[in-house]
Amino acid sequence: MSAALDIIVVTIAAVLCLGLLARRGKDMNLEQWSVGGRGFGTILVFVLMAGEIYTTFTFLGGSGFAYGHGAPVFYILSYGCLAYIISYWMLPPIWRYAKQHRLIAQPDFFAHKYDSPALGILVALVGIVALIPYLVLQLKGLGIIVDAAAYGAISPTLAIWIGAGVVTVYVMVSGVHGSAWTAVLKDTLILAVVLFLGIYLPIHYYGGYSPMFNAIDAAKPGFLALPAKGESVAWFDSTVLLTALGFYMWPHSFGSLFTAKEERAFRRNAVMMPVYQLILLFVFFVGFAAILKVPGLKGPEIDLSLLRLSVQTFDPWFVGVIGAAGVLTALVPGSMILIAAATLLANNIFRAVRPQASDATVSLVAKSLVPVVALVSVIFTLQGGTTIVALLLMGYAFVTQLFPTLIASLLPRNPVTRQGAIAGICVGVATVAATSLTHTTVAMLFPALPEALRDLNIGIVALILNTATVAVVSALTRRRVAFA
Amino acid sequence: MAFVKWLAVLPFLGILVGVPLLNQVQPLVLGMPLILAWIVMWIVLTAVIMGIIYLCDPANRDP
Repeated sequence: MSAALDIIVVTIAAVLCLGLLARRGKDMNLEQWSVGGRGFGTILVFVLMAGEIYTTFTFLGGSGFAYGHGAPVFYILSYGCLAYIISYWMLPPIWRYAKQHRLIAQPDFFAHKYDSPALGILVALVGIVALIPYLVLQLKGLGIIVDAAAYGAISPTLAIWIGAGVVTVYVMVSGVHGSAWTAVLKDTLILAVVLFLGIYLPIHYYGGYSPMFNAIDAAKPGFLALPAKGESVAWFDSTVLLTALGFYMWPHSFGSLFTAKEERAFRRNAVMMPVYQLILLFVFFVGFAAILKVPGLKGPEIDLSLLRLSVQTFDPWFVGVIGAAGVLTALVPGSMILIAAATLLANNIFRAVRPQASDATVSLVAKSLVPVVALVSVIFTLQGGTTIVALLLMGYAFVTQLFPTLIASLLPRNPVTRQGAIAGICVGVATVAATSLTHTTVAMLFPALPEALRDLNIGIVALILNTATVAVVSALTRRRVAFA
Repeated sequence: MAFVKWLAVLPFLGILVGVPLLNQVQPLVLGMPLILAWIVMWIVLTAVIMGIIYLCDPANRDP
């Protein structure tokens, strides 16, 4: 084994121990396992919700996207900032309602607000469908890290199986308590590693940031601006908007907001989080530094750029430290996603089928489903062929379809009926599914559209169709109720 | 508070309108991508704006 792999193995062992320590003295019923008994203070809620910022998506996907696409990567820096503004007003009323009615999962909120168990099941299904690509990208990242740290001694396939096994064991022993405490360790380590790499590599290879960007601009003119076609300004704006609106629609984000002790935690986070994500800049700098130093990575290989440059630059022991930080960025969000998916399946699908099931049975089913969800994700991961950023954007296109129905439910007088909510979500999700499966873009669907609109993110198009359907069906069904 | 909370619209305009406009000028200024510098500026401004809103919001006062 290489020194790099030794360090990663020690990190994984330490994380599993931390997970076991986190559960001590707690009766692991479903509420403790999935939302930590609603007892987390500002700091723990902060690191759980900031977990969205530092996942494999940003560590490997962000640097890879900067390496392979250039300026379009700046969308990653933009959407969080807008999402935090929305969160200031959106999260407190959701938290209050969930606490008042003792809700533990996202579908419970929708089902309760619209008095429709069918809507709850639909939201659970959308959540599970969206979570799979998100979990796949974490496992893909784990595979890349273990493969790189082993210097070829472990195949990527075996690395993915090992990664999935570790996440599964971790979740089954500790639930959300382990994720919260490991998130503190993860954020500390990743902060140090990303800052070091983002400062050291551009200086080491180019002499500074300005010489690096000048060299890139000379070698690849136009790479540091949004292109006229493809990932153009229309793509940028629609993708930023889609991801900002969908930021808190993920089932595990909903889950982490249920863990809070008081609603002021969300408003404080909305002030602190925008600055916290500036660390992403240094992830981008690593990707930009790799462009001229490890050239030739194409397609899904661009996600390897950070580790390829690290292996080329540092001793194996330090590659191990970088890999350990990377493993944590996959492990913590991966565990949150697994908890969310298993809770959705048990609490919102299984309980709907067997309403007489006791809480203990549902809790047991949730934990038993963890390896099943992990196995499905491994199968999708091994099919490969997609970049980490593309996987996340596919997930976002699905979960953002819940946004119109959620926002309407927070209004003093909700204009949306349960039929309108179900129809809108179905139309939005069907649009995303059809275009994702057939790899269709707006430009292919509507070739006559003006250039400015042809690059729109398909998720935004689905969201527009979704909102229109919600409005029409709600108007029709409300009128029918009035006449009845 | 009613006026202050409308400041939250500015980052949306800054990013969704500002970036497409700036994309039409030269990409590098003082060796840094212009779009990147603009987005970073708006992230810092967002934190300041949300801080002002938080301090002016009566809901955040200790009972």
